[in-house]
Amino acid sequence: MADAARFEFLCRMGDNTLVLGHRISEWCGHAPMLEEDIALANTALDLIGQTQMWLGYAGEVEGAGRSADDLAMLRDAWDFRNLLLVERPNDDFGHTILRQFLFDHFHLIQLRHLTESSDARVAEIAAKAVKEVAYHADRSSDTVIALGDGSAESHRRMQAALVALWPYVGELFTADHVDAAMVEAGVAPNPASLRDAYDAAVLPALAQATLKLPEDTFAHTGGKTGFRHSEHLGHMLTQMQWLQRAYPGGTW
Amino acid sequence: MSSVSNDYPEATKPSKAQIRKEWPLWEVFIRGQHGLAHRHVGSLHAPDEEMAIKNARDVYTRRNEGVSIWVVQARHIAASSPSEKGPLYEPSESKVYRHPTFFDIPDDVGAM
Repeated sequence: MADAARFEFLCRMGDNTLVLGHRISEWCGHAPMLEEDIALANTALDLIGQTQMWLGYAGEVEGAGRSADDLAMLRDAWDFRNLLLVERPNDDFGHTILRQFLFDHFHLIQLRHLTESSDARVAEIAAKAVKEVAYHADRSSDTVIALGDGSAESHRRMQAALVALWPYVGELFTADHVDAAMVEAGVAPNPASLRDAYDAAVLPALAQATLKLPEDTFAHTGGKTGFRHSEHLGHMLTQMQWLQRAYPGGTW
Repeated sequence: MSSVSNDYPEATKPSKAQIRKEWPLWEVFIRGQHGLAHRHVGSLHAPDEEMAIKNARDVYTRRNEGVSIWVVQARHIAASSPSEKGPLYEPSESKVYRHPTFFDIPDDVGAM
């Protein structure tokens, strides 16, 4: 049973990085500036690299012979365990970078805790990932502040993005029986306990960006538990998994 | 109809205000793992110096090339003019004695 919860936890880690990594890779060749294009592609590659480690370990824990590739390419939407936030569509660049910012800070705080995990593999993966994610958070914060406190047009777009995405932040801090098992085993922190550190990192940056938090505190949930993903994930998977579905087992 | 000619509508040309809104150009210098000096590696656009360094990190150090980055706005670099090549560089062509190749080096000095 302990392994079932650990498998679930590792899928959550790997699915967050996989889905967000794929989402921002969709910008490749389309970003508003060449420099942003390369920066987003670098971030996407960091996240996909982390996915290989998380899902690779998940497959080992599961013990059913599934590789990271099998888990990424051959599961359907209802088996994904990513947060709803990361499957939100790219929309405009403002939505993309705000989504990145909102996830990066959660990711960074989470990974810092995971470097002290009782599970040595989890601690190793987190130690490698935390350096990459510290840069992601640094970069997305700067860009959110620059665009929020930029021109009237960029401010309008960032504010619209915050209104659209804030209802997906609450899920980051929800906890269930899987989280309880991981806390019990000393593998991972309770997500609910990360909220204060998150607010301390995110709220001042949003204030500096002159963006106003929506007053409504409603939070969509159902991504990390797999209970109810949005329709967007299915559409994304048809693109991401198309090659393996059409040509099963195909390799480079 | 000759009215086609070069009478382009104003809207298709970038106005001065639009040009000024472009991010400035930065020249990027990187010191490699074993390099002693920063070397010019290329240029990029960025809104300010912090983002220029971040962009340089993303564009020019993806393959573990660097340990240190310098950026400077291209407009701050003063350059010699190619048309002055003659006066600037030709006089030194005929002065071989400026190369220290006419000295007998004593054996005691060892490798130099």
